[in-house]
Amino acid sequence: MFKLLTEGTWSLIRTMGIVLGHSFAKRETVNYPEQEVYLPPRFRGRIVLTRDPDGEERCVACNLCAVACPVDCISLQKGEQDDGRWYPEFFRINFSRCIFCGMCEEACPTSAIQLTPDFEMGEYKRQELVYEKEDLLINGPGKDHDYHFYKVAGMAIGGKDKGKAQNEKEPIDVKTLLP
Amino acid sequence: MAIAFYLSGFIAVLATLGVITGTSPVHAVLYLIISLLAVALVFFALGAPFAGVLEIIIYAGAIMVLFVFVVMMLNLGGEARQQEKLWLQPGTWIGPSLLAGLLLALLLTLLLGGEAGPVITGDLLTAKAVAITLFGPWLLVVELAAMLLLAALVTASHVGRLGPGAENTATSPSKGRSR
Amino acid sequence: MSWFTPQLTANLWAMTQALIILLGAVLLGAVMTIVERRLLGLWQDRYGPNRVGPFGLLQLIADMIKIFFKEDWIPPFSDRVLFVLAPGIAMASLLLAFIIIPITPGWGVADLHIGLLFFFAMAGINVYAVLFGGWASGNKYALIGAMRASAQTLSYEVFIGLAVMGVVAMTGSFNMRDIVAAQEDVWFVIPQFLGFLTFLIAGIAVTHRHPFDQPEAEQELADGYHVEYSSMKFGMYFIGEYVGMLLVSALIVTLFFGGWHGPWLPPIVWFALKTGAFLMFFVLLRASLPRPRYDRVMSFGWKVCLPLTLINLLVTGAVVLLVPG
Repeated sequence: MFKLLTEGTWSLIRTMGIVLGHSFAKRETVNYPEQEVYLPPRFRGRIVLTRDPDGEERCVACNLCAVACPVDCISLQKGEQDDGRWYPEFFRINFSRCIFCGMCEEACPTSAIQLTPDFEMGEYKRQELVYEKEDLLINGPGKDHDYHFYKVAGMAIGGKDKGKAQNEKEPIDVKTLLP
Repeated sequence: MAIAFYLSGFIAVLATLGVITGTSPVHAVLYLIISLLAVALVFFALGAPFAGVLEIIIYAGAIMVLFVFVVMMLNLGGEARQQEKLWLQPGTWIGPSLLAGLLLALLLTLLLGGEAGPVITGDLLTAKAVAITLFGPWLLVVELAAMLLLAALVTASHVGRLGPGAENTATSPSKGRSR
Repeated sequence: MSWFTPQLTANLWAMTQALIILLGAVLLGAVMTIVERRLLGLWQDRYGPNRVGPFGLLQLIADMIKIFFKEDWIPPFSDRVLFVLAPGIAMASLLLAFIIIPITPGWGVADLHIGLLFFFAMAGINVYAVLFGGWASGNKYALIGAMRASAQTLSYEVFIGLAVMGVVAMTGSFNMRDIVAAQEDVWFVIPQFLGFLTFLIAGIAVTHRHPFDQPEAEQELADGYHVEYSSMKFGMYFIGEYVGMLLVSALIVTLFFGGWHGPWLPPIVWFALKTGAFLMFFVLLRASLPRPRYDRVMSFGWKVCLPLTLINLLVTGAVVLLVPG
């Protein structure tokens, strides 16, 4: 009984001492609006659509992102330019639904859709959380600096025929029997 | 001081009437507390603050708490109120109150007609004086009362004691688990 | 101006003093809500409320506005009269107990002959606030909280009373000014250390402060006896708790730490400093200690505190009897 009491009392006093010592410890809180928050480069925040190094839209409107999205917040429609490039006629992300899981980024074959370290997206009107293509499109390549989909893909577009892409063989002429 | 005495006495009488006529048990207990507080104020007015404060501490502060405790635990609802109303028929209370009124009238005539008793002066009776009286001439009575209370305490602890079998389960569940 | 007698001015001055002290007590209780949150923040390596005004000082006003304008809901299943009455008792009884505290030689509301006993009387009445509040809410959590509160307060009031009897025996008076005057040379915390310890513990228990806040344990009882209260009724319980904390701190200072006595500084500063230190100690307790189980609280009280106080009283009585003067 006596031992229990002394041990317990000592433990209480020690605890209080430790807590009191925390008056001089550094505070963990970040004073957010005044003090900038450090976000790691791979932070999954606001979604952007990037352009390739030539400044053209990367998105080829394949709809893989929309399929991968677990909350169905992406919607887009394919369009075709005169030179044969595919592009989204509209590209809409409803950020009031988006859970920033990054599945769209993983699904994207052209590195077009990317998540950025930015979370300051508060709005007073819910409708303003629906971002259209002009809101999403940025003027740079994002995380993937050199990737250029049409230069490595076999798709024929204006100014680049089949077989002209990097590391691509000439197409096989199936109408001749010669090797 | 005389005004305070009569006022608090009047409140005490009213509150006590409230105890008798109230149909809700908890409200009746509340009236009883007010009545006790008023009686304590009567003591204050008579110049015995020590007795008054003891009245508040012991009766209003401790014993009545137990009353309230029990009444609350009984969970008396509308049924109890109906029962109380049934008991409070005029036939039941008219007789006793008439007799009590007669006694009151008798008392008043005696008080007003005869020699006036001790006048309310507001002289102070200090705690020291009370103690000297209690532990001087009345020492034997105090000791006897203490013995009586001790006997009551022992009896209560004997009655409230748990059996040897019950003790294990009720006081040390941790022991039971380790076995 | 014949009615403007010295007697009247003295009375008026006493009344102003009383008003200032009581208002100050309420205000300090309100300020303590913010100070406590800032201190808890400091000890938990965060900031606490620091947004409204400089250093978050205006948070108090924001909270007050919020609590005044909240919907004042009286549950239809409650006992209306008691439900409204209980918070008033909570606030009034503790504020009334303030009148016995002598702040400086010249300041203090009442110089009661029975001083200390008046505090016990008011603490006894304060139990009803919790008890009636819990019962009138018509809520089982509130009722359990009220039960715990009353049992806890009743038992710890026994030790809080016995703990100061050593002081009373050494002074030979219940009067607070006499008690302070008796500590001119040596504070009672030294000869009455056991008494001080038990008074501190019991004081925390009587005001339901951490770690003795079983009656309002958030995790088990969802705030216990004031679970149904909202708006200013809750506010009165809330401020009442802090006023109680202030009261117990001031009492400890008066009874064991020499009241306004101290070198160099003026009396009011000494009193404020000591009381502030104890308020901070209360907050530190909340920041560092976990809440024990309810039955442990009760058995600690009866099996540890009661013997300690009795030993203390016995030894003090023997010393007072044997040592002349």
